[in-house]
Amino acid sequence: MTAANVRQIVLDIISDIAPDEDVSTLDDSKSLREQLDLDSMDFLDIVMELRKRHKVEVPQEDYPKLATLESCVSYLSPKFA
Amino acid sequence: MISKLPFFFHFTLGMTMNDTQRIVMTGIGLTAPNGNNLSEFRNALLNCQSGVKHAEIRYMGQQVAGLCDFDEFKYQSKKLRRRGTRAGSISIYCANEAIADSALPWSDIDKSMVGVYLGITEHGNVETENEIYDMHQNNLDWKLWSPHHNPRTVANSPAGEVTLNLNITGPHYTLGSACAGGNVGIIQGVQQLLLGEVDVALVGGVSESPQTFGIFAAFAAQGALAHHEDASKASRPMDKNRNGIAISEGGCIYVLERLSDAKKRNAKIYAEIVGYAINSDATDFVNPNSERQVQCMHKAIKRAGLKVSDIDIVNMHATGTGAGDISESRAVRDAFADSDRTYVNFTKGHIGHCMGAAGALELAGNLPSFVDGVVHPGMNVTELDPDCAIKNLVFNEPKHIGEVNYILNNSFGMLGINSALIVKKYTA
Repeated sequence: MTAANVRQIVLDIISDIAPDEDVSTLDDSKSLREQLDLDSMDFLDIVMELRKRHKVEVPQEDYPKLATLESCVSYLSPKFA
Repeated sequence: MISKLPFFFHFTLGMTMNDTQRIVMTGIGLTAPNGNNLSEFRNALLNCQSGVKHAEIRYMGQQVAGLCDFDEFKYQSKKLRRRGTRAGSISIYCANEAIADSALPWSDIDKSMVGVYLGITEHGNVETENEIYDMHQNNLDWKLWSPHHNPRTVANSPAGEVTLNLNITGPHYTLGSACAGGNVGIIQGVQQLLLGEVDVALVGGVSESPQTFGIFAAFAAQGALAHHEDASKASRPMDKNRNGIAISEGGCIYVLERLSDAKKRNAKIYAEIVGYAINSDATDFVNPNSERQVQCMHKAIKRAGLKVSDIDIVNMHATGTGAGDISESRAVRDAFADSDRTYVNFTKGHIGHCMGAAGALELAGNLPSFVDGVVHPGMNVTELDPDCAIKNLVFNEPKHIGEVNYILNNSFGMLGINSALIVKKYTA
């Protein structure tokens, strides 16, 4: 799976979790929480949806690696390989 | 203990009291299967428009159900709707509509003196069932259990969602009282206003019950789930061929204030609450007890300082079950044996059984009678069950009776909880 595919997977999940937000203008290098109205429960939802939809597990100690879109892609790509 | 209670507890509601001891309804917000505000709802009741349709229920296929079509996002973001519950969403819609209707200057209101008291039949079944279903679809992976399940299923959830949405910092909780919930929520608000705990009470009842298959399956197991090829005819209380309950969702929230406060701001006043009673059958888990129902109605009438013939309209709980309708019919006949002028109607033929919302909704449907003098009919009676015959029963056609001053609203529930609420046409 390409990095672009992984990025789209993350965006799709965020769109469902924060349906009032416009995700088309996100800066990949900036913190998602700085750009979107996301709280810690939303990040738990992202982890949950990755597990439910794609059987990808994110251990609790790795949650900080989901801070930006860039870090999401970098961290998750090997798991989708 | 009684000697230590505030002095106004020694008065009978409805007797001469000062305006701080009189509680009035100044706003109504509602959603029912056949209307999303009082005007739509009343018109549907007068014109016998059903809100019951066929809906796909998980595992069970097509069942009759009353679903509401209010705009969930009128007062709530998509994100918070997703995080919360259907009952919370219904409550938020009704609370906002009630506040707008009351014309309270909301931004100037001290939110720490606003209370939210909502009656519920049950809460959490929908959310728990959804989690189990999801887990079952995913090889019983328990790690998929949502972190939102706890806040969604705590019993105060629907009332709590209202406080989050409206920045209310006064008390909030729900009243678990089966299908008497709507009346019980209102009664709680009256009591808290009289105690001085709050200055504004958002009260009523709410239900999201049709979102879970379990309640359909349970009523089916009891042989008490309504069915008919024409869904609009499925809910037919008092009819000889009734076959059970049409499960519905809905909500109705009132703004309650002390009359003294309502007068200060020249508020529109729908009604004054002058009497109420809650009692228990202590008889059976599900079967009603008509003797206790009579006692409940009479206790409310006594508390209001009235006699039975003062009551112009009685709205029955009448759910459409065999035993329930017969028991309540007997109770109403006995309770009002001394009155030839009391008219009786019922609402679940139109909307099904809105569970925790039923009492509050059905009362709202009758309040316009204070203005138009018309009793809305119960609907879907093709052949009146002789065991349900009641003097002055209004069904299939509205009845103009002229001046209406007092309405008594019955709501009963499982485990033998009975409630009766009496409202009076407001006069200064």
